[in-house]
Amino acid sequence: MIASLLMTLPEDVLSIGALILMLVAAWGGQASTRAVSWTAVAVLAGATISLFGAASSGGDAFYGLYHADAFAAFSKVLIYGAAAVSILIAPRFFQRGAGDDLRPEYPVLILLSAVGMGMMVSAGDMLTLYVGLELQSLAAYVLASFMRRDSRSAEAGLKYFVLGALASGILLYGISLVYGFSGTTLFSSIATAYGAGHSLGLTFGLVFVFAGLAFKISAVPFHMWTPDVYEGAPTPVTAFFASAPKVAAMAMAVRVAVEAMGPATDQWRQIVIFASLASIIFGGVAAIAQSNVKRLLAYSSINNVGFALIGLAAGTQLGVAALLYYMTVYIVMTLGSFLVVLQMRGPDGEPVESIASLAGLSRTRPLLAAAMAFFMFSLAGIPPLLGFNAKLAVFNAAMGSGLYLLAVAGFVASVISTYYYLRVIKVMYIDEPAPAFDSERSLVEGGLTVAAAVFVSPIGWLLPLGAWTMVAAKALF
Amino acid sequence: MSGFPILSLMLAIPAVAAIACYFVSANGARWIALLATLVDLLLGIWLWAHFDIGGSQWQFVEHHEHLFGVFGWSLGIDGFALMLIMLSVFLMPICIGASWVAIEKRVQEYMAAFLVTELLMIGTFAAQDLFLFYIFFEAGLIPMYLIIGIWGGANRIYASYKFFLYTLLGSVLMLIAMLWMVQFAGTTDIPTLLNTDFPVHAQTWLWLAFFASFAVKMPMWPVHTWLPDAHVQAPTAGSVILAGVLLKLGGYGFLRFSLPMFPEASAQFVWLIFGLSAVAVIYTSLVALVQSDMKKLIAYSSVAHMAIVTIGLFAFNRQGVEGAMIVMLSHGLVSGALFLCVGVIYDRLHTREIARYGGLAINMPRYALLFMLFTMASIGLPGTSGFVGEFLSLTGTYQVSTTITLLCTTGIILGAAYMLYLYRRVVFGDLTKDDVRAMPDLSLREVALLAPIAAVVLWMGVYPESFLAPMRGDVGTLVARVARAAPAGDSLPTPGKHMIPGKHAEAAK
Repeated sequence: MIASLLMTLPEDVLSIGALILMLVAAWGGQASTRAVSWTAVAVLAGATISLFGAASSGGDAFYGLYHADAFAAFSKVLIYGAAAVSILIAPRFFQRGAGDDLRPEYPVLILLSAVGMGMMVSAGDMLTLYVGLELQSLAAYVLASFMRRDSRSAEAGLKYFVLGALASGILLYGISLVYGFSGTTLFSSIATAYGAGHSLGLTFGLVFVFAGLAFKISAVPFHMWTPDVYEGAPTPVTAFFASAPKVAAMAMAVRVAVEAMGPATDQWRQIVIFASLASIIFGGVAAIAQSNVKRLLAYSSINNVGFALIGLAAGTQLGVAALLYYMTVYIVMTLGSFLVVLQMRGPDGEPVESIASLAGLSRTRPLLAAAMAFFMFSLAGIPPLLGFNAKLAVFNAAMGSGLYLLAVAGFVASVISTYYYLRVIKVMYIDEPAPAFDSERSLVEGGLTVAAAVFVSPIGWLLPLGAWTMVAAKALF
Repeated sequence: MSGFPILSLMLAIPAVAAIACYFVSANGARWIALLATLVDLLLGIWLWAHFDIGGSQWQFVEHHEHLFGVFGWSLGIDGFALMLIMLSVFLMPICIGASWVAIEKRVQEYMAAFLVTELLMIGTFAAQDLFLFYIFFEAGLIPMYLIIGIWGGANRIYASYKFFLYTLLGSVLMLIAMLWMVQFAGTTDIPTLLNTDFPVHAQTWLWLAFFASFAVKMPMWPVHTWLPDAHVQAPTAGSVILAGVLLKLGGYGFLRFSLPMFPEASAQFVWLIFGLSAVAVIYTSLVALVQSDMKKLIAYSSVAHMAIVTIGLFAFNRQGVEGAMIVMLSHGLVSGALFLCVGVIYDRLHTREIARYGGLAINMPRYALLFMLFTMASIGLPGTSGFVGEFLSLTGTYQVSTTITLLCTTGIILGAAYMLYLYRRVVFGDLTKDDVRAMPDLSLREVALLAPIAAVVLWMGVYPESFLAPMRGDVGTLVARVARAAPAGDSLPTPGKHMIPGKHAEAAK
């Protein structure tokens, strides 16, 4: 029991921290927002530190319900980092934009969501997975509608809730089929059942589980909610949705695919390949006509999930490492882009979201424009930015598994998405300047933007990220 | 000074200067860019002077393997790379000088973009790691996109998109081929890959993937259509660098990768290269003949000249390869100079319409003289660099296919036609237009830009040995490497008795 609690130390820390902060928020009220936010960041940092111990030892906690391995630890570092950034960037947005100050529940909800995400990536059992997913999702539904007086935000929350519940239902139905035909919810035993031979029931279960997972990672054809939710939710929340839960859902999908359904790789590979190519192509084509930056980034996230799935389709250790690499770079690029979006404020401080308002940014705010250009070129996968290395890694894995056609199709389709990233660059660098943004800067936003830009710049190549992801991926094989 | 990372230094200087440009005034940026490119030129000269002709194939090597995970920072040059680096560092200060007054807005960003371009070009030629090469090769799109897009002509947005997406689409296929090669050979080291024998059936696919990229960069007919748009819209210096160096990336790629890595596939596709090149020479020359825009005319002539490069490369013999290299160097200088000549009068009258000019020989004699020299060099008149390259290249091709040589030689005649026609319309005739009459002759700055190119063009035309010597050993290595797949030629017909072409060469010995 003690050993299990030590292995789940990050979740323990986060849960206790979240509960205490909730009480503080309840009694402290609005005035405690700042303190709660910073404490929440400290709790996330503590959880990250606690990963360097039993939590990444490779052991099984609670009789195999929970895996404390390097794969989970790596994913959690990303998740906690993204969650912390989402907390840090929130106060200014709410203060300036929403006409509604940030309330202290915001960091608490993010912490609870982080607990859920931690359970998702560590799950060793279908039920752990489901509970973690629901905890994450419920917190996320509330976060999406956090601007109570904004009808778009309310719409986003409702839409996310209804469609998310549907997806959870599909996933749960799949889990029940798998349970019915294998008699267990434990990943290792499910794998044995899949290895034992073909069973129609198990195949159906697999299809439903993957459909549910595809919804959570917003892969085509289960992506419909993404643009609306991303557009409607408050920008810091959108940044959160596009980063942490994406990594968690992706890592969870990898774990289910490899640990529970590894013997059925040939079956789920077809689904993953379809979802991957469909996401790359649809995410690329649909983004072309967008005029709202947040919607554009939503389609961009669909597009990027497609690329990351190529790593999963490879189904090898190299592929999983590539996927982790891709997600790492992806969340930095995405958070960076959203940081820039957050700094798009009109003269009165109200948030601006149209791409056209970026016009001539290179002259009004050269450094901000340069950072955005870094993120856009990196998202497009143009060398020498780090996004290129991420694409290289997933395609390398696909080639290693002999998926040549997938690699060719994916690469050619990546040119489509380059077009709209280029459009943002064109608007910023070539068009005549639009009215300048509110010039009030903040140290947190500026510092985080610079950090993200440096990470995706060629300097980021020097990080031994590839080696780390290989160690993390090894835990699954 | 052996072991000193001179190539890294040549890359670091423009990088540092580019960043510095952001923090100074417009004039400061001009001077920083000029100084940085001049220092790189001096380092390039040092490199050439210390290049050991006949020494080891790869010199000034720097190896830091696995610095970036899957690949490393390895640089090194052979004779081909040396010559192309020289071309780049030579043209760069000239480009900066050409933009000295023509570029008035956003000078800092402009200079930074040029310095980054220089960095990437030198890197492309010096890279000894497959992925490092790709990164430099592909990253060049970013500054060029901005140069065309920000400082270009009226239709610059369209041209910049077309340039970027066209070349990107070609390159991604090459990247897939690279991934396959690295997995097959287990290394990203280019010198090792050069001596790896890939299975023949795979070579076909790999070759086609590389072809997709290099044919677009080259550019070969029919994927050349981005070039006239990009050239016409780009600012003068942008055109110079585009024609002078970026077009050489395609030829360099064929030389460095397609030929030595996939000799069998190269032999298999000689018909494709020869066919497309012959079409390119004749078709684009005819198109050039009817252009009314000066830059477009020179852009189309570039496509024709590049076709002479490809036939030379795929002749599989010494003359062909040496000729191709000289054509590349010569074309880099000459078309660069021609774009500068267009820029000179464009700066004065702000039109590229040929019909708007005429009679410049009267009021701009110095201009007329230099313009004539470059016109003649473009045609390939003996004594200029163009002649040496085209003659060698066609000689090499003749040993493989007499028909194709015949077709491509017409390009020289057509080249004379369109270039002389251009020259006559712009420089000769009566000086009837008032605004043209008011145009002053070349300023000292413009002479300083054009005169060095003129000197090198004549040097290369009269004593090409200086340029051929560093490459001789490498050409030998390349030809020996591809010898096993060299296509049998149809030349050297023997009167009276039918002989199998392959055997004839033996009989002639």
